[in-house]
Amino acid sequence: MRVLYFAWLREKIGLAEEDIDLPAEVASVAALIDWLKSRGPGYAAAFADQKLVRCAVDQEFAAQDTAIAGAAEIAFFPPVTGG
Amino acid sequence: MMLRIVVQEADFDAGAELAHLNLPGVGGVGSFIGVVRDSGGLKALHLEHYPGMTEKAVKKIAEQAAARWPLLGCTVIHRVGRLAPEQKIVFVGAASAHREAALQAAAFLIDWLKTSAPFWKREEFVSGESAWVAARAADEAAAQNWV
Repeated sequence: MRVLYFAWLREKIGLAEEDIDLPAEVASVAALIDWLKSRGPGYAAAFADQKLVRCAVDQEFAAQDTAIAGAAEIAFFPPVTGG
Repeated sequence: MMLRIVVQEADFDAGAELAHLNLPGVGGVGSFIGVVRDSGGLKALHLEHYPGMTEKAVKKIAEQAAARWPLLGCTVIHRVGRLAPEQKIVFVGAASAHREAALQAAAFLIDWLKTSAPFWKREEFVSGESAWVAARAADEAAAQNWV
């Protein structure tokens, strides 16, 4: 599974994207966030305030309870500020 | 409906875009152009997006506008990269037989672009500092007004 990070999440984690082999028990966006947080201080900082984190599963906005089994691409980013 | 969605670093020609929307049967074109506000200490705005998802999300917003108003044409151009104050950021245009649909659709497009398309702005200040722009509750409220 490919995981992408944008804006200040990318800066805090220090990566724009990575390929991850997830344990099967990590089945939702929320579970993925918890799993990522344990990977290091950059991840923990990026996901410290989850009210400021949005997600897309296969390029569709997704809530934290969204199932991720079979997803190819998951992205994390702050609330959008375009326009 | 003619649908034109562009994400690019280059500037756009607003006059040419309006002319594109002057399609057979059109009685009015509503448009909005967003510009980098020159707020004193700002040196530039950096716009980042999610290639692939951006185009899909913008298309979805345009299709929602087309489902709501009888549009003949719809154009959304969003610039990315480094933009200096007074440069154009975004163009939305909606063409319809009558003005009300054209104006309302253009307002809907920009309100929803601000809250539902994956773009992020970072401000670069003259002082050398830099900060990501936080989402505004007022923008979310403006989008929700259309629901």
